[in-house]
Amino acid sequence: MFSDYTSAELLSIFAMQGFAGLILFSVFVLMALGLAIIFGQMGVINMAHGEFMILGAYVTYLISNLFATYLPSLFGIYFFVAMIVSFIAAGALGALVEWSFIRFLYQRPLDTLLATWGLSLILQQIYRSVFGAREVGVTLPDWLMGSVPLSETIEIPINGLFVMGLTLVIAGGVYFLMFKSRWGCQVRAVVQNRPMAAAVGINTAKIDRITFALGCGIAGIAGSAFTMIGSTGPTAGQLYIVDTFLVVVFGGAASLLGTIASAFTISQAQSTMEFFLSGSMAKVLTLLTVVGILMIRPQGLFAMKVRK
Amino acid sequence: MNLVSKFGTNTSGFSIITRRGVIKTIAAVCAGWILQAGAAEVNTTGLAVTDKEVTVGILHSVTGTMAISETGSVQAEKLAIKQINAMGGVLGRQIKFIQEDGASDWPTFAEKSKKLLVNDKVAAVFGCWTSASRKAVLPVFEQYNGMLYYPTFYEGLEQSPNVIYTGQEATQQIIAGIDWVVKEKGAKTFYLLGSDYIWPRTSNKIARKHIEKLGLKVVGEEYYPLGHTQFNSVINKIKLTKPDVIYAIVVGGSNVAFYKQLKAAGISLPKEKPLLLTISVTEDEILGIGGENIEGAYAAMKYFQSLDNPNNKAFVEAFKAEYGKDIVIGDVTQAAYLGPWLWKAAVEKAGSFDIDKVRAASPGIELTTAPEGYVKIHPNHHLWSKTRVGLAQKDGQYKLVYETEDLMEPDPFPKGYQ
Repeated sequence: MFSDYTSAELLSIFAMQGFAGLILFSVFVLMALGLAIIFGQMGVINMAHGEFMILGAYVTYLISNLFATYLPSLFGIYFFVAMIVSFIAAGALGALVEWSFIRFLYQRPLDTLLATWGLSLILQQIYRSVFGAREVGVTLPDWLMGSVPLSETIEIPINGLFVMGLTLVIAGGVYFLMFKSRWGCQVRAVVQNRPMAAAVGINTAKIDRITFALGCGIAGIAGSAFTMIGSTGPTAGQLYIVDTFLVVVFGGAASLLGTIASAFTISQAQSTMEFFLSGSMAKVLTLLTVVGILMIRPQGLFAMKVRK
Repeated sequence: MNLVSKFGTNTSGFSIITRRGVIKTIAAVCAGWILQAGAAEVNTTGLAVTDKEVTVGILHSVTGTMAISETGSVQAEKLAIKQINAMGGVLGRQIKFIQEDGASDWPTFAEKSKKLLVNDKVAAVFGCWTSASRKAVLPVFEQYNGMLYYPTFYEGLEQSPNVIYTGQEATQQIIAGIDWVVKEKGAKTFYLLGSDYIWPRTSNKIARKHIEKLGLKVVGEEYYPLGHTQFNSVINKIKLTKPDVIYAIVVGGSNVAFYKQLKAAGISLPKEKPLLLTISVTEDEILGIGGENIEGAYAAMKYFQSLDNPNNKAFVEAFKAEYGKDIVIGDVTQAAYLGPWLWKAAVEKAGSFDIDKVRAASPGIELTTAPEGYVKIHPNHHLWSKTRVGLAQKDGQYKLVYETEDLMEPDPFPKGYQ
């Protein structure tokens, strides 16, 4: 397969493939960070995670139409506005959901599974009724389209670079929040020992609500970013939910670093195998590997060390 | 003591034979006898037919990944039924339809088709879109002797007595399209790409055989699961192998991701290096993809919304009046529109709703009011129709660039392609 090409061409193809793998990695991290916070830190299985992402996508669609009709001269920056609004909208919906029924189900993981599955169906139907069953097309600003030629033969898609940059910013923000801020300290305290945390005066209910809202808000930003690379429809969230759970569980549910490591592993494995084998086979082999590793090490890649 | 008070009272002394009850019973028996007598010749197999109404079924996905494609078919079938009812219905009966949702899930299609045939006893079903859904319902239709009007262009290799295929089969769509791109664009190498299920795989098999028959080369063949959203790897492979033509059969929601990522990777379709020829993107899919992302691609279909003939102008106008002026109409939507008309013609020729009689009357039925121009049902239950190639425009419509002179004869079992 490689004999007909010069080494320069091969090098550029491998470089582009490396970037494709990094873009896939960024996509996985964006998808999984929100869920890792909710599932990992709070033990809540949020089956509606995909629908929060799609809320962000639909908000982006609405804002792009708004800008196109009323502020066409500012169309170039609408994407940043859209991401901020998506974060707020998804976060607000997350807070509402947490307040209305998740907070009663913290010790009952199977019930949260059912309840959030029901929520995902309700949200899908709301999208279908409000926006129509068909997918909507989101117009991208011009600066996000096309690709950047790094050399004569290496071309990197601009939206891929944007997604990578966004992932860095968000991952950095989450790291800073969780490990360097007072609030993050409180969240970790609640996760490790809820009664003790309440005893020292931490408002556990408020912490839970804000954490859930943050996880959903990140999902909203992810959905907003995905309007560039995928479709926006009522059931588009279902396309992402399986991979998201895969990444979170494989990485070890309680560890954010684990999520990033597992996203890297799965995305590199998948994109490399996709290059050498066919698309479906690559997915099959990736999933088989994940299943195999989880059977040997069920707690995932990075597990929290707890003194028992 | 009269008989009514002796035999017609229950143990509490209340009369269970009343004058009103007796009159009602006699009336019911008479009505039943008249109905049955009136419906006798047009319905000998117990279908849901009365003197005033006939019931048909509509079975498409309005939810799930296929909703983007199948919504148009539902709209077309409902419009055709409305127009037929306005003209007086079929054999003097108004058409009533029962709509079921296949939910982009093939076992659900089979289950709903059984419900329509066995419980609702519909006289015809207009439905399915993907080959997988058709294959799932086929055993049900053959077991319960129903008639399915199937609107999608598909891979052929099937000829069921219980299906009328109003879309093109492979030789009409694939072979003519490849011949055109070889002759007009001098294409020599092809990269075949598709979603992973029966239609793209079988179509690419036929395409590959035809390409190799012409002495040309297939430099790659790839499949991705339905609903897959990351195509950067295959786009890199395409850049590596530099084919003249990308032959794309990506289906459903994956279409949006594929064309957006193709454009983002710097492959500009209007430059035609490579040229993209697809058989799975109609005006409906372009709504989700965005005209600017697919501008410059070619599609081989039998119908485009932009066709310039009086039938189509009237059809597009009626469709827009019904569903809004921004609506788009794809090839499958038009083929779905043909279904109720072809069924009506067959029923009127047979003088009966019986499936066996409709089947016997179907071959040879012509429709000169079809928006695509003219179609005729072939004895193999497919339609004679022309093949057309269109160039995708930025506004989401196709511009016609080629049309076969004559009608193409449908050949679902072409020799040498199996």
